[in-house]
Amino acid sequence: MRWAAGAAVALLLALPAFPSVFGSYAVTLFTLIFFYGFLGQSWNVVGGYAGQLSAGHAAFLGVGAYTAAVLSVELGVTPWIGMFAGGGLAAALGALVGYLGFRFGLRGFYFVLLTVALAEMCRIVAANTDAVGGALGYYITFTGNPRQFQFQDPRAYYYIALGLMLAATALVGWLAPRRFGVYLTAIREDERACEAAGVDTFRYKMLAMLLSAFLTGIGGTFYAFYLFSLQPNTVFGVPLSVEIIIRPIVGGAGTVLGPVVGSFILSPLAELSRHYFAQGGWHGAHLIAYGVLLIAVVLFLPDGAWPRLQRALHRRARPAA
Amino acid sequence: MSLLQARGISKRFGGVQAVSALDLDVAEGEVVGLIGPNGAGKTTAFDLLSGFLVPDAGEIRFRGVSLRGRKPHAICALGLARTFQIVRPFPRLSVLDNVLVGALGRHADAATARSRARAVVERVGLGPKAAAPAFGLTLAERKRVELARALATEPALLLLDEVMAGLNPTEIAVLVALIGDINASGVSILLIEHNMRAVMTLSRRIVVLSFGERVAEGSPAAVARHPKVIEAYLGEEYVDGAAPTR
Repeated sequence: MRWAAGAAVALLLALPAFPSVFGSYAVTLFTLIFFYGFLGQSWNVVGGYAGQLSAGHAAFLGVGAYTAAVLSVELGVTPWIGMFAGGGLAAALGALVGYLGFRFGLRGFYFVLLTVALAEMCRIVAANTDAVGGALGYYITFTGNPRQFQFQDPRAYYYIALGLMLAATALVGWLAPRRFGVYLTAIREDERACEAAGVDTFRYKMLAMLLSAFLTGIGGTFYAFYLFSLQPNTVFGVPLSVEIIIRPIVGGAGTVLGPVVGSFILSPLAELSRHYFAQGGWHGAHLIAYGVLLIAVVLFLPDGAWPRLQRALHRRARPAA
Repeated sequence: MSLLQARGISKRFGGVQAVSALDLDVAEGEVVGLIGPNGAGKTTAFDLLSGFLVPDAGEIRFRGVSLRGRKPHAICALGLARTFQIVRPFPRLSVLDNVLVGALGRHADAATARSRARAVVERVGLGPKAAAPAFGLTLAERKRVELARALATEPALLLLDEVMAGLNPTEIAVLVALIGDINASGVSILLIEHNMRAVMTLSRRIVVLSFGERVAEGSPAAVARHPKVIEAYLGEEYVDGAAPTR
């Protein structure tokens, strides 16, 4: 295990140095790996640890994205501050959906439907609000001003995405063995037993939702200022929610490194398949590949790839055992 | 002094009066047995006392505080812990983490809570299994996990719902000794039990429920001879001490 941990640390230390040797396509690819790793980690708090399957996290991303973009374009507020405003608004939305879902005891599919409905409502509101461009979308004019979260050099996005992923992963790793993390995993297992053992399940589910929505909302700023255009159908769409969820599930929901491992597996696959299918005129066909992959994971790796990988590393480190 | 005091608590499910105007007291340091035939309302009474059900009528006071409107976790924080008849350990958590969830309510610091949890795991005899996930345990072990998790919340009163059911005589003897030991350390106990030998050994006082009502109360010996108890368990014909003639 020690050499594996050493290799992981070496890889982490090497990641910041990669852009200087990478081509521009690799920089883009890794930026996406980190960013989706970050979003997956944000979802992991409420969806993985607390086991509350939100399928509407695009709502939080979109609200964060629109907030930071509008603040920057209309009022000149730097997105470095706007990202926290966006995170705050996303958290407020998370509080609303969390309250509705948890106070009225919506579980399983009903909670999934509630969160999907939330994202759909956001999409419809954004598409019909002319102040933010309506269905045509909202556009940010590129100035290349770093104070406005705009960078000429794509490597800046690489480093920011890497920083987001590492910070969120460190936060989750710090929380996991503490009261908050242990309570969330227990809530995922059995809420009645939690209540009997003195866990305020409503409070902890709300906290998990708030943290998850806040982090996802922060990610919205990156999304807005990486793409420079926000389309309601994309940024609030179900496919984006699926993109957020599928990486932690494939990598291992409710584990510290699951979302990161999942993103390293899936993001390149997604990019490649999107590229090839789109070339052949098969737009959206990569979603079929996702579906197949998800079925395979549920059948063969129900805990995700990371726990399996961890056990394999353990066995190799201690061949005698 | 009365630790737990329930006065006139009732609960109706549709057409069934599960618990009817029940009075129940547990004094500090006491072990009280709650017995009665299947469907007598024992588990419903536990759900009412621990806040999982809200009584239609009546008042429950614990350590002088009314439990009205309190959620189960808040009642647990007051010092009233329970186990479930159908055990509910967190299946994918280790034995230690199961117990840790209970301990974290008293000790916010995870390291302190962990060492407290480890002590409780040792106490119930699950030390060698501390790292094993709960789903792979035997029924007897899962019952002990359930007990340990409740114990880790450092309760003043422990409600045990049929912790002996499904165990073999050796396992029962071990558990009876453990419960006696827990009581000796200052925890009052209210236990629902069908195993008569266990309940007679442990309880100083026994309350008998039948169709949601308290039909008898007293020392184990007195309760065993009580005509209402014989009637509740065996039928009216047996009350005079002889089997009915055909």
